Amino acid sequence: MSKFKKKTGNRQPAISTASLPDIVFMLLFFFMVTTVMREVDLLVEVATPSATEITKLENKALVSYIYIGKPMGALKKTLGEEPRIQLNDAFANKSDILQWVEMEKNRRDEAEIPRITWSIKVDAETKMGIVTDVKQELRKANALKINYSTMETDKIVD
Amino acid sequence: MARRELPEINAGSMADIAFLLLIFFLVTTTMDTDGGLTRKLPPMPEEQLEDLPEVKQRNVFEVLVNANDQLLVEGQLMLVSELREAAKEFIVSNPAREDLPEFKLTDIELMGKDYPVSKQIISLQNDRGTSYEMYIKVQNELVAAYNDLRDELGNTKFGANFDDLTEEQRDAIKEVYPQRISEAEPKSIGN
Repeated sequence: MSKFKKKTGNRQPAISTASLPDIVFMLLFFFMVTTVMREVDLLVEVATPSATEITKLENKALVSYIYIGKPMGALKKTLGEEPRIQLNDAFANKSDILQWVEMEKNRRDEAEIPRITWSIKVDAETKMGIVTDVKQELRKANALKINYSTMETDKIVD
Repeated sequence: MARRELPEINAGSMADIAFLLLIFFLVTTTMDTDGGLTRKLPPMPEEQLEDLPEVKQRNVFEVLVNANDQLLVEGQLMLVSELREAAKEFIVSNPAREDLPEFKLTDIELMGKDYPVSKQIISLQNDRGTSYEMYIKVQNELVAAYNDLRDELGNTKFGANFDDLTEEQRDAIKEVYPQRISEAEPKSIGN
């Protein structure tokens, strides 16, 4: 019987790596679940300014986005440099906002409508004129809870 | 050992496959930390209000931004970096000074009876030609002024920052420093 006895020498047994795939799969599932694929193709350049007093948007399902900025690279040739509004996947005029707001509201439950946040993503170089027009349209559409999308920074410089 | 065992499938490469997928998702994930300055727009008035409430000049902190992104605060040219302190001084107010807002004695739970609350209002007006970046900076500094004061009061009264307080404590502080930023219709002078 001593033939089969394991040698209890100073050789340590190798650590089993059998559970490694399990660990990695766990991480994998975590990232798969948390990943949000970008839902719209941006047609405008949006480099938002930075601010320090940021509040996070918690419920992504209750956020609708408005983008304002210059048309993207290739579109610049045909559309010029004038800042434009993008709603969902297409360019829009400010007169379209009213209808778009209604559509966005209809997409949600009635109870959730007052909790919708309207996130406005505006390029830092845009002039306030167009932003004001959009704000005015939102007021008309009774979409009052807005969020000026910004990046986070430690300090504001002059 | 008579029975021949089936050779086990080598699962060693399983980890590699999983890693490959993991790295793909790691790279494509955009931890979209979507945040920004949350504001509440005033509702559209049903009809033109005739009797607007009178607001005394001393209770209004006037902030103007022109098309060249210059800042005029209470008639004085100012840099964005100075705005926060100026706004804080105004919001807190001082009973000894005539040019700062008046106080209104209010009963606030947790704060006591007749707590003096300053009647401050910040009025912000920009030009249509003002850059969005400048607008956000100004907005940010004004919100920061309120947040700083709320934190300070939270620390002296309850010994914690505003965000770490209970709902009731936060409400009490909000009553002392209500965020009153009023935006006037922009002018259009230098487009």
